Amino acid sequence: MTKAKNPKARVATVWLDGCSGCHMSLLDIDERIILLEEKIDLVYSPLVDAKDFPENVDVTLVEGSISSVEDLHKIKLIRKNTRVLIALGDCAVTGNIPSMRTVFPLSEVMDRVYDENADINKQLPTKIVPALLERVMPLHEVVDVDVFIPGCPPSADNIFLAVSELLEGRVPNLTQTTRFGA
Amino acid sequence: MNQDDLANIAAQTKQGDSRYDHVIKVCVAAGCLSANADQVKTQLESEVKQRGLETCCKVKGVGCMGLCAAGPLVAADANEKMFQNVTPADATAILDSVVDNKPAPAAIVMDSQLDFFTQQKKIVLENSGEIDPERIEDYIAADGYEALFHVITKLKPLGVIEQITKSGLRGRGGAGFPTGLKWTTVHKAAGTQKYVICNADEGDPGAFMDRSVLESDPHRVLEGMAIAGYAVGANKGFIYCRAEYPLAVKRLRVAIRQAESSGLLGNNIGDTHFDFKIEIRLGAGAFVCGEETALIASIEGGRGTPRPRPPFPAQSGLWNAPTLINNVETFANIAPIIRRGGEWYASIGTEKSKGTKVFALAGRVNNTGLIEVPMGMTLRDIIFKLGGGIPEGRKFKAVQSGGPSGGCVPEQFLDIPVDYDSLASVGSIMGSGGMIVMDETSCMVDVAKFFMDFCMSESCGKCVPCRVGTTQMHNILERISEGRAETHDLDLLKRLTGMVKEASLCGLGQTAPNPTLTTLRYFMDEYRAHIEEGRCPAGICHPVKAEAEVGV
Amino acid sequence: MNKPGVEICTLIIENRECGGRSDQTILEVAEEYGIFIPTLCRLSGLSNIGACRMCLVEVKGSNKLMPACVTKVQEGMEVTVNSPKLAEYRKTVLELLFSERNHICSVCVTNGHCDLQALAQKLGVNHIPMPYIHPHLMVDASHPRFLADHNRCILCTRCVRVCSEVEGAHTWDLMGRGTTVKVITDLKRPWGESESCTGCGKCVQVCPTGALSEKGQAAGEMLKRRQFLPYLSMMREVGR
Repeated sequence: MTKAKNPKARVATVWLDGCSGCHMSLLDIDERIILLEEKIDLVYSPLVDAKDFPENVDVTLVEGSISSVEDLHKIKLIRKNTRVLIALGDCAVTGNIPSMRTVFPLSEVMDRVYDENADINKQLPTKIVPALLERVMPLHEVVDVDVFIPGCPPSADNIFLAVSELLEGRVPNLTQTTRFGA
Repeated sequence: MNQDDLANIAAQTKQGDSRYDHVIKVCVAAGCLSANADQVKTQLESEVKQRGLETCCKVKGVGCMGLCAAGPLVAADANEKMFQNVTPADATAILDSVVDNKPAPAAIVMDSQLDFFTQQKKIVLENSGEIDPERIEDYIAADGYEALFHVITKLKPLGVIEQITKSGLRGRGGAGFPTGLKWTTVHKAAGTQKYVICNADEGDPGAFMDRSVLESDPHRVLEGMAIAGYAVGANKGFIYCRAEYPLAVKRLRVAIRQAESSGLLGNNIGDTHFDFKIEIRLGAGAFVCGEETALIASIEGGRGTPRPRPPFPAQSGLWNAPTLINNVETFANIAPIIRRGGEWYASIGTEKSKGTKVFALAGRVNNTGLIEVPMGMTLRDIIFKLGGGIPEGRKFKAVQSGGPSGGCVPEQFLDIPVDYDSLASVGSIMGSGGMIVMDETSCMVDVAKFFMDFCMSESCGKCVPCRVGTTQMHNILERISEGRAETHDLDLLKRLTGMVKEASLCGLGQTAPNPTLTTLRYFMDEYRAHIEEGRCPAGICHPVKAEAEVGV
Repeated sequence: MNKPGVEICTLIIENRECGGRSDQTILEVAEEYGIFIPTLCRLSGLSNIGACRMCLVEVKGSNKLMPACVTKVQEGMEVTVNSPKLAEYRKTVLELLFSERNHICSVCVTNGHCDLQALAQKLGVNHIPMPYIHPHLMVDASHPRFLADHNRCILCTRCVRVCSEVEGAHTWDLMGRGTTVKVITDLKRPWGESESCTGCGKCVQVCPTGALSEKGQAAGEMLKRRQFLPYLSMMREVGR
């Protein structure tokens, strides 16, 4: 399906290292989701069944920080395939709670979780689980970010406002309605 | 003591010295001492004794002779014979040469006609390497304290200030504020108690002008302070010296004790009503305490952090009293100006920068050491004539003046005259006089990182731009040198340099970006090579282009 | 109640003609005229130190930016409070502060009542362009009633000043240089073992962030009570 045949904006949402609270907040826009549905195609999201991040995405909302090798690869691909990249919520904007581990050496963090605090099968993961980075980073430390929506989580109103503004071709200004930790 | 006593001491000392056919001077300033100059002196003395030459040959310890690179230094017979890299074992050869006129081994013979010696003009350092810094008589014999007597017996305070103003002397601590104007402000300030402070908290990496003056000719600084005290109406002076200068502190203590017992400091100096006492305060090595308000806080017993100016110390300084703060070298210029007149001093140097300036030559230059040259000499003459050029035929790249507050001046500006305004016009500063020469084996990103590291560690932490800004700038420079930086890091770096320069509370933060700014301006290609090609042109850094830091 | 040597000056702040006494600061006069100048280390009732650089203003004829909290007004002064440059510098100060330590607003006891957070929102700081430094800092929970979380300290020294100037205990002070500076109690003893601390809690109430708080508060629950400060400062002035 090409863009010319479909006037709807291609929107994606991504869940990196976060608690999914921002996605919950997104769902909290309640009945307004119907208004959005008329204007967007949700082409990739934890809420839909697409396996790979598609090309030619108009707007991507990214929740969560960059904490693992996988996050790093994902965000670079997302940036490549996205016109407007939104850092959604404090984890994506500041690193927030996931970044609190950065003050400790990674090996100590791993030992704490998989050894000291494990009741059974004490071992460090070597397969399937993506390797963690030494430093947890906000999105803009790795790629260019177009819109920042701070908040933990940002309110549904702010998310709806941001997306609506973008769909109208305007850059949303959310500085007075949301903040770090809001 | 009165003027006649002073003249008597001078005459007696001169007469005493003239009894000897040969005076052998051994440098006992810190540089040469660390190369065993004291043992050289002991060996020479016992050799003289052994040969029974005590009546015709005198060995004396003197202050810095300048060419520290070749220390320990020994000079004899009005510096006609000079010896370098001397060891105690060379004592015999030196005496053979001085007394019996036998040729000394080539390795220790120094050419006293080197440009390094002949191109200098010594005012501040006129006694350095000539007199014994621990004998007040030696200083008096070299016209010492004459200016103080002249001032307190013949001049009014305003008359003193007039001479200083006429001389065009500007503060030698770095900023170059007109000294006469500062003295006038303190003189006019209301208050019965005023103070004079000598800033001897020299802390620029590679700079040792003040240390050398204090070690070689401490009385000159005391005399300058006493004259200043008379001129501004202060009866108390403090020398704030860093504790890392133990020899300077020791010689100052000796000098103060001698001056006090000779009646040249204390109450009723020269049988007049002028009282002036000097105390030493030791700094604990914080670079920021060279900033005048931080220095005052430290003397008061508080944490050495600066406060916003105004009020300036001249209005409200030490214990809120009007306070004159000048640097060691500034005070060292005072006695000669009074002795020979402000006009004489103003005839030396350039239009806006009068007199001479002492520089500490360091880094990739053949003749590292201490020099004093008239203002306005070109950088090229300083580095290639006096400094003897770059070692091993390598190519000159830049010279860093003014330490961590200064900038890197590239080859294209080597012909600018060295004065306050010309250096400022190319993004550097005169500073206190440190001059670090760099050649093609120096990486300018690494240099910028070094100075930023210094400022970051020495920031007092009071204001946000300096405390966090220098840290962030240092981290960016580190990323660049390690090849982890992106082009947008350069934008952030530029943004921070501007902000830290303008928004910081004191001079430390306001000048901390200078080395980075000048290297960005003149050596952008080196930054680009690190960032874009993962290459360090000088081969100092080892940039590695990596995807990201990947753990586990 | 004019003191000797104090004169009345007229000056222009942000294009408005204002009148003030020569012993007043630019900030004080601006406040009387309802002109907003952002501040952070300053707290009315404590001495002003000009450290945070939020209140920097441009004064015509000077090439240096002046901290409004300590710069006295002068006859004929022309002060610019808002310019693109000042706005950028103020934002940068806040960004630097957020990057310096581990301010995780979402889990802070003062979330929603924090001077740093509020100012960031007011001045439009919505992300921190420089990498976070992530220093490894401790929480001092040794005091029975209060907590000191160095992760959230911005080194404004309000605690140091209120303890020394109002309470008269001088329990708090600073140690270290550069980014290693920390507020300490009693020459770096744990707060709970401090002999000089009177437990009055003024430091907690004046702290602009969640660095000092009362124990037993959850995220967002710590409200700071500062009503006492102007009163105590006034009493102190009267007592002199």
